[in-house]
Amino acid sequence: MSFLTLEGLSARLKGTDHRLLRKVSLSVAAGEVRGLVGESGAGKSMIGKAILGILPRSVEIVAGSIVLDGVDLQSLSPRERRRKIGASCALIPQDPLTALNPSRRIAPQITDRLVDILGWDRKRAEDRALELLGEVHIAEPERVLRSYPHELSGGMRQRILIASAFAAEPKLIVADEPTTALDVTVQKQILKLIGEMQRRHGTALLFVTHDLGVVSKVCQTLSVLYGGMVVEDSDVRSFFAAPGHAYSRALLAASPKYTDPDGSLTPVPDAVIEAVRQEVAAADRTWSHG
Amino acid sequence: MADLYELTDVRLALPDMTRKPFLGAAPRTEILKGLSFSIGRGEILGIVGGSGSGKSTLGRCLVRLLEPTGGQIRFDGVDITHLDASQLRPLRRRFQMIFQDPMSSLNPRHKVGQLISAPLRLHGAHQPDRAAILALEQVGLPRSFADRYPHELSGGQRQRVGIARAIALKPEFILADEIVSGLDVSSQAQVLNLLDELVRDLGLTLAFISHDLSVIRRLCSRVLVLYKGEIVENAATADVFAAPKADYTRALLDAIPLPDPDQVWA
Repeated sequence: MSFLTLEGLSARLKGTDHRLLRKVSLSVAAGEVRGLVGESGAGKSMIGKAILGILPRSVEIVAGSIVLDGVDLQSLSPRERRRKIGASCALIPQDPLTALNPSRRIAPQITDRLVDILGWDRKRAEDRALELLGEVHIAEPERVLRSYPHELSGGMRQRILIASAFAAEPKLIVADEPTTALDVTVQKQILKLIGEMQRRHGTALLFVTHDLGVVSKVCQTLSVLYGGMVVEDSDVRSFFAAPGHAYSRALLAASPKYTDPDGSLTPVPDAVIEAVRQEVAAADRTWSHG
Repeated sequence: MADLYELTDVRLALPDMTRKPFLGAAPRTEILKGLSFSIGRGEILGIVGGSGSGKSTLGRCLVRLLEPTGGQIRFDGVDITHLDASQLRPLRRRFQMIFQDPMSSLNPRHKVGQLISAPLRLHGAHQPDRAAILALEQVGLPRSFADRYPHELSGGQRQRVGIARAIALKPEFILADEIVSGLDVSSQAQVLNLLDELVRDLGLTLAFISHDLSVIRRLCSRVLVLYKGEIVENAATADVFAAPKADYTRALLDAIPLPDPDQVWA
């Protein structure tokens, strides 16, 4: 049984007909790692935000359901919904510098959530933070807990956010482009770390990225998005062997491969973009939005 | 014909503000540790390295936004290492720069036409508005874009405006600092193809800074690999990919996640 199921989720800019998500359906089983792939504006981060209940105020869900652990989130009061999401989900954000408060030390930034929201006592939360920094391979965890974010490197800050995401043993983590701000060697370490933590804790992971290379390394399944619509849903192995949708094929062809001797890059052809836009428009005509 | 750029033992040390005592001068930290290389005319040189390797600092020395603290930079035979602002001005139109983030390098209050023609006016060019339109067409944007503001354009289009602004002055050399790292793969491919074309058509020399070796392979004839302010490899692109000499280059290559689930990624 899936831990998370989205069924026909549609969202738009409040008070307009500008559609952001179009009947998105996908599921993530316990312990599964699913990639959400697409170009900017495809709606991949929007889906992550909808699940975590942190959509901007200007966006409203107009149809469909988000079922988390058997509970339909739309049926809950805002307060119950926050509690449900907070107890079972966490986020690994994109930019490790803006996600940490620059004026506070690391320790309270990890423990506050455990103390304030989950009601742990401070001593237990601090022990947990220390243990987690060890798990994400930070040497001298005591010193790091007393540090301010600016005293640490980008890779180190991202490790802290990973530790923080796993702190309350969530069942589902949304990772929103967690390595785009890092250089390749650090990216590799961080991706390996996320994989290692995910396996150890058996957490389901929704991995938002525009990089198909990253998907092939960390995910088991993926959903390819265009214009807020899922154009392909596949397991990673069959996807990379033979993408089913013309847009996915073009996206894969546009991804750089350094092992390719002539190294040529093919932008997504205009004809493919036109075809997938038509598909989006055709789908819009057949759907009635509330 | 001599190389366009010749660098000999270029060094740069900057004050390390993280170690500055409350009173007194900050200790200096060496960012570039004696770099020597040259850039031939018509060449596309890739400069690659991790964050903090000094690649952007080196780029800024090439176009003299920074003044080296040691060594020598010769541009077309002229020593530009320590020229002051007024001496540099006539040279500036000969070496231009394209910036990483088009959103912060294009003034949001200016229309695209103004953005491209401003440097032309500054250098006293003949018919700056016409030249701006011409540059727009060269980067594959319609003339009508001259009347648009940067926020009305997509990321790829904005980066084309950055390229148009750089080529409008008809420079001999362009420095491109991580100009595709913020773009989607498809716009990335378009911008790289455009750059490749322009270099050939306009007889430009290009230094292309990137942390992405796949992109470098697509575009560059030679690669300079930097690690902690030193050159660890300087070789033809084909050779670097076939048999990297430096361990660091090998590590950089191995770290790239290829879109292939069978890649061994230990």
